[in-house]
Amino acid sequence: MAETSVSHAHETHGHGTEGGNPWDGGKEPMKASYGKLMMWYFLVSDAFTFAGFLIAYGAIRFSMPTWPEPDFVFASFPFVKAHWPLVFVTFMTFVLIFSSVTMVRAVQEGHRENKRGVVFWMFLTILGGATFLGSQAYEWTTLIKYENVTVNRNPFGRFVADGVMVDENGKEIMANGSPVTVKKDESYLLHGHEHNGVIELEKKYVRYTSGPYAGQTHQVEEGPKAFGALFFFITGFHGFHVFSGVVFLTIIMVNAMSGLYSARKNGYEMVEKIGLYWHFVDLVWVFVFLVFYLL
Amino acid sequence: MAAHQSYEDQKKLVFYGLKLLAVVTIVEVVFALFAKGHIVPSITFGKDGGFGQALYMMAMIGASLYKAYFIVFFFMHMAHEVRGLVLSVLLPMLLLVWAIIAFFQEGGRWGSAREQIRQKNEEVVQPAPAAKPTGYWLNGTMKG
Repeated sequence: MAETSVSHAHETHGHGTEGGNPWDGGKEPMKASYGKLMMWYFLVSDAFTFAGFLIAYGAIRFSMPTWPEPDFVFASFPFVKAHWPLVFVTFMTFVLIFSSVTMVRAVQEGHRENKRGVVFWMFLTILGGATFLGSQAYEWTTLIKYENVTVNRNPFGRFVADGVMVDENGKEIMANGSPVTVKKDESYLLHGHEHNGVIELEKKYVRYTSGPYAGQTHQVEEGPKAFGALFFFITGFHGFHVFSGVVFLTIIMVNAMSGLYSARKNGYEMVEKIGLYWHFVDLVWVFVFLVFYLL
Repeated sequence: MAAHQSYEDQKKLVFYGLKLLAVVTIVEVVFALFAKGHIVPSITFGKDGGFGQALYMMAMIGASLYKAYFIVFFFMHMAHEVRGLVLSVLLPMLLLVWAIIAFFQEGGRWGSAREQIRQKNEEVVQPAPAAKPTGYWLNGTMKG
């Protein structure tokens, strides 16, 4: 508070020739430049957009009796035929954390008017962003091409009760001399195969031994369809932010290289603004990671 | 303020931030795998639906909020902005508290409506004996 009163006194004296009218300009409201303020308020609005999507995910998830289990769905890893739950998305998180850190370094070098430093750290940031996009492309490819998840199909589900697997005639399926049993909440993936250019999911049947369907035989159905649409839409919207960030970072890095910002002598403020945006993209990922992969 | 920190101090903050975000993320993931039975198969409180899962979720949300706080206040330098700017960015976020409460309540309602429809669809109703029509005919349609 002491600081504020001092700056008020300073303003009235310092701008005496301009009549002290705030509308005369020359004074930055909240001690931040126009561009920085507008970036902050753009990020506020973007935060509401993402919050809306993530809350919609939560509301729809709450309305479903079952929901695919993230540590079962997201368990593939490039070049490895193994079930490694959450390992790859943790890698993606680290890529974004690193690119956030290199971005802070670029902003700091900008404050020191160090052109080489700005370009070097921005280049590493762009590399991080591109790596993230590549990782996301791998994740999407696995889901779409090999696991057949699309915006309107979701072969990942969970059994609503205990049961035994049966064939289409109701005869128990045996493995190693004993019937194949499933437990309530156990995850499954219905494999698909192409038939006349259309993906058809395999037909499996379960005879429930507990719950409201005890004694009945049901076909194992797709999981909640909304899962695929929500996943691709929200992570896609975030990925699009990363993509735009990479484009703008590249433009600003080239401008910095050309000496445009050193000529402005404002401590590379443009780098600071794109830095705010880039950290925000990382911030959103913290919550996408929480909602899609951890909860 | 950031401008008043020495360059070495600023660099230190960056590497502290890297360590902090990395450690919190690793703890989150390991705890998630632990709570969902991937480390000790018999421990599954993270997905059992009861009080354990609620605690698990709150811990995860808390850790994520802490990461978000760190990114906003130190990487985005919110800690060094004037109070008016901080409040004008953070106070609107309080609206989300109500959005979360309201929409999750709504989601629960959709769920119970779905369940009710499922039960009604499966209800076996004895067909009632055909009653004698008591209405009247209008334009070829039975009314009443």
